[in-house]
Amino acid sequence: MFSGYIESILVFNGIHIIMALSLYLPFSAGQISLAQAGFMAIGSYASSVLTLHFGFPFYIALFLGGLLSALAGVLIGFPAIRITGIYLLLLTLAFGEMVRVFFLNFEYTGGASGMGGMELKTNLINVYSIVAILIVFFHRLDKSRMGRAFASMREDEVAAEVMGINIIKAKLIAFGVGAFIAGIGGGLYAHYAMYIDSPKFGFILAVEFFVFVVFGGVEIFWGPILGATLLTLLPETVRFLSEWRMIFYGLVIVVLMILRPQGLIDKKLVNWIAKRTQNPFRRKGTL
Amino acid sequence: MSFLSVNKITKFFDRITALNRVDFEVQKGVIHALIGPNGAGKTTMFNILSGVLKPTDGTIKFDNTEIQALRADRITSLGISRTFQNIRLFKSLTVLENVMVGRHCRTRGGLASTFFRLPLKVPSEEMRIREVAEELLDFVGLSERKEDKAANLPYGSQRRLEIARALATDPFLLLLDEPAAGMDTQETEDLAKLIFKIRQQGKTILLIEHDMHLVMGISDVVSVLNFGQKIAEGSPSEIQSSPKVIEAYLGS
Repeated sequence: MFSGYIESILVFNGIHIIMALSLYLPFSAGQISLAQAGFMAIGSYASSVLTLHFGFPFYIALFLGGLLSALAGVLIGFPAIRITGIYLLLLTLAFGEMVRVFFLNFEYTGGASGMGGMELKTNLINVYSIVAILIVFFHRLDKSRMGRAFASMREDEVAAEVMGINIIKAKLIAFGVGAFIAGIGGGLYAHYAMYIDSPKFGFILAVEFFVFVVFGGVEIFWGPILGATLLTLLPETVRFLSEWRMIFYGLVIVVLMILRPQGLIDKKLVNWIAKRTQNPFRRKGTL
Repeated sequence: MSFLSVNKITKFFDRITALNRVDFEVQKGVIHALIGPNGAGKTTMFNILSGVLKPTDGTIKFDNTEIQALRADRITSLGISRTFQNIRLFKSLTVLENVMVGRHCRTRGGLASTFFRLPLKVPSEEMRIREVAEELLDFVGLSERKEDKAANLPYGSQRRLEIARALATDPFLLLLDEPAAGMDTQETEDLAKLIFKIRQQGKTILLIEHDMHLVMGISDVVSVLNFGQKIAEGSPSEIQSSPKVIEAYLGS
């Protein structure tokens, strides 16, 4: 359908969207995470080991990789319960680095020389099917009991707890499910790149995912989707930018934080678009 | 046996004694006021009752359950809810959503049931949450503004929204922390009516308030705190004529 080059850009774009959404979920509950690259690494190594060494079917391996990553997410969620703001950022950053160093030294998964030989299993169809599933999930979450609980915690954690929300449980869920999504993203990545090594999943990658979210907008899930897409496609269309990507990101963030601190998309804009494109199925309260 | 009984509650902040062996009891179905000069420890008491702070010492029994060590959300699900002196609404959520958050502890829907359902059909639980929240907004008189952002409401309305949100948790005991602060005479009068209406539903109300006119007008019992200690308790008329209370307020 597409040339190999275009297809690879689109596949990576899909994976970036998945990663941005994995970070957005805890973010929507007020939990900033720089651990998503670490969760991604867990998902990619775990699923690769399962397909490569144990002959698991790809989708089952993908799911189990996500599950293992979710377990790690819940584990780091525990110390994160009473930590907020900048300290949480540091904690999640440290976790991500620990994962990277672990895989750098873990001989079973190739250590410093990395791990290769996975089959090509990821394609446009399965990546964007997962993106579509996530869109349905986040859309429904927005107008749901747990979605409101997350939003209230982001606004005021103490008031949320006093209003009867078990914030410990909610935080663990947000971290765990976010890590699950990141693990799925990792599995997809591993079975597309067909070679993984731990330096790829370092601090810079975590910051990149973070930038996708902040750039696109943190108020509604369309923000991270747009952010990931623009920041993946732009450097590709303007080739010279790709060499200077991190500088470009830096500039974009500085300009955006001055002009539009809430990100490109906010709720206002989404409501405005929804009004303009009156969809008969989209009555109030449906979906 | 009283509904709420506070026994020798003590709270230290570093070396400051915010509350010193405070005892009081709240009977079921009354409007009970907690008054005292600024810094007397009233809000600290509310924070302990609602689980935001843990007491250094002492016990609190609510409906025969010891609650002083419980998490705030557990206390709320047992049936104590509160408002905040410095309004703590979820500002970027709508008025309706704020109240809907209050239904959280009375409903069950998790992530899985959110995700695995048929398209275009709003789950019945979600509909029910919305209905209850709309009724409550009607009850406090904020129906017309349900789609507005909470932050855009005028001050007095924000206080009423806090009450609606607290009521959404189905409390037996409602703690109101200075509900009339910043309200004009008309708004305060409406608030008094609202508090009576809430009591009529069989709920017990404990309130902190500086507006003495309001306190003396609606309360059945008044407890007075000063420097972290209870110095008087009784009916409004007894309190108004108590020399100890007059001294605390005027200073010695």
